[in-house]
Amino acid sequence: MAELILTPNIAGGDDFYEELINAHDGLSKADSDAYNARLLLILANHIGDRDILSAAINAAKRKA
Amino acid sequence: MFDDRYTLAYRLYPYERHADQDKDTPVRHPVVVMGGGPIGIATAVDLGQQGIPVVVLDDHEGVGMGSRAICFAKRCLEIADRYGAAKPMVEKGVVWNIGKVFHKDGQVFDFNLLPEEGHEFPAFINMQQPYFESFMIERAFELQKQGAPIQIRGKNRVDNVVVKDDHVVIEVMTPDGPYTLEADWLIGADGASSPLRTMLGYDFTGKVFQDSFLIADIKMKNDNFPTERWFWFEPSHGSGASTLLHKQPDDVWRVDFQIGWDIDRKEEMKEENIRRRLDAFLGDDVEYEMVWSSIYTFQCKRMESFRHGPVLFAGDAAHQVSPFGARGANSGMQDVDNLGWKLGMVINGQAPESLLDSYNSERVHGAEENILNSTRSTDFITPKSEMSHLLRNAVLELSEHYEFARPLVNSGRLSVPCVYDGSSLNSADALIGGPARTRPGAPCPDAPLADGFLLPKLGGQFTLLAINAEAPEALTEDGITANVLSLNSSDDKTGALAARYLGEAKSAVYLIRPDQHVAARREAYDENLFRAALKRATGKE
Repeated sequence: MAELILTPNIAGGDDFYEELINAHDGLSKADSDAYNARLLLILANHIGDRDILSAAINAAKRKA
Repeated sequence: MFDDRYTLAYRLYPYERHADQDKDTPVRHPVVVMGGGPIGIATAVDLGQQGIPVVVLDDHEGVGMGSRAICFAKRCLEIADRYGAAKPMVEKGVVWNIGKVFHKDGQVFDFNLLPEEGHEFPAFINMQQPYFESFMIERAFELQKQGAPIQIRGKNRVDNVVVKDDHVVIEVMTPDGPYTLEADWLIGADGASSPLRTMLGYDFTGKVFQDSFLIADIKMKNDNFPTERWFWFEPSHGSGASTLLHKQPDDVWRVDFQIGWDIDRKEEMKEENIRRRLDAFLGDDVEYEMVWSSIYTFQCKRMESFRHGPVLFAGDAAHQVSPFGARGANSGMQDVDNLGWKLGMVINGQAPESLLDSYNSERVHGAEENILNSTRSTDFITPKSEMSHLLRNAVLELSEHYEFARPLVNSGRLSVPCVYDGSSLNSADALIGGPARTRPGAPCPDAPLADGFLLPKLGGQFTLLAINAEAPEALTEDGITANVLSLNSSDDKTGALAARYLGEAKSAVYLIRPDQHVAARREAYDENLFRAALKRATGKE
């Protein structure tokens, strides 16, 4: 079974983060929230693996 | 009337009447530098070392007060070493490697710059800007005593400049009244608000950030804070939306509070109000003395072109970044490093004037890189929308538990030298298996040799660096000589030279520019190909 990757896995992290923030440019908070939801579902579909998705859902529950 | 615009830390070149002021016709100089800050003085030292006469016009008589720039990067020190000024800087400066990032009050993570072994200079030193400037000026004076044609004229304020086809006419104001000078070349190193840029009407465009930062430099004896860079996002002391703490020499600490856009500057600058923030941050029982404070806002902007005929801009006058990442003074020094040898060769008739266009393209490339990095840091530190803030805090929360989020935390991407990829001065990389870090366009990394370090043996002139390879004693092409530095494995006890310059290759010959950037490399010496590379690197192709 594949494991959820929680070590750095994106080459050019600053570049990705900038693109992500820019995607929200000019959106109202409600539109931004909706955008995030769509993005989340697209990424989840790409991952596909049910175990990984469950592990990610749990990992995000952990708060500081 | 000739009043100072700011208080001096050191009065080093008091106004003296110069013979130029009594001439009926204006005296023509090869190079005039406008501005006596770190970039202007470094330019004078670079040209002076080459024997090129240079006149610096400064509207003040020395070094301004205030710590201002405090982080000086390795490449900046290597350049200062080429100018003979780096040793006292390293002696005075505070070396640091550890950074810690906090969110609210909890530590999110720490990082170590992990400086690579085998370099003469540390990754960073912290030092108040007046020290940096003073060491550079002392070096200029030392060169003057040895006969270098450097003049620094205090209280010489440039009031007007007229640009002609092949020279400029400069109206200068002094305490004794005005006089006129001419120069074949004028360097604008007159800072972020560059009067020269304004006088000539050149644009300066980019992004202005809507936030203010309060710097409070304080002196305290405090063993609770080590020599590390500490950065808080949303600290609970409430004195700022972010806070930075960083050590300087003389027991001085830089404290930097992010205080928002809509503020009453006068009110915020009152000592009692600054102390209120500091006390909330440090605790009521901590004793300190206030050394210097300032409120700044910032912008990421640059001129479209750093060259306008005989006028060239360098440092903050040409480009401005936010302070996160220490990319201001450090990139200005790279401008000087790039410009000095090119201007020298053009003035000496060794290279065509078009070589100076490569100063523009290479340093615009550098400025773009610095602006990109510092804009990203700023967007992370001062998120501009609710969602941007939410995502930023999600990164911080995740990075406490999950390693993957840490590279996304951006409290400043520290200055690294620019690689001039794609420059017209580069020859195509012909070293198969050669390390990427020393590809054409890259600055040479230092390496320990049997008798000292590599970098001091390079620079100032073109060098052919031959490692385990045959090479002649020197190569001269069209009036320009590249000296040869021959090294082999016995010079390389640590293996650093091989790792940095050979990679998988058995041997290598590098053509290295006077600013210690690689122009060409291949496995073996080939006279015709290196002649062509030398021509290309001097703008003759």
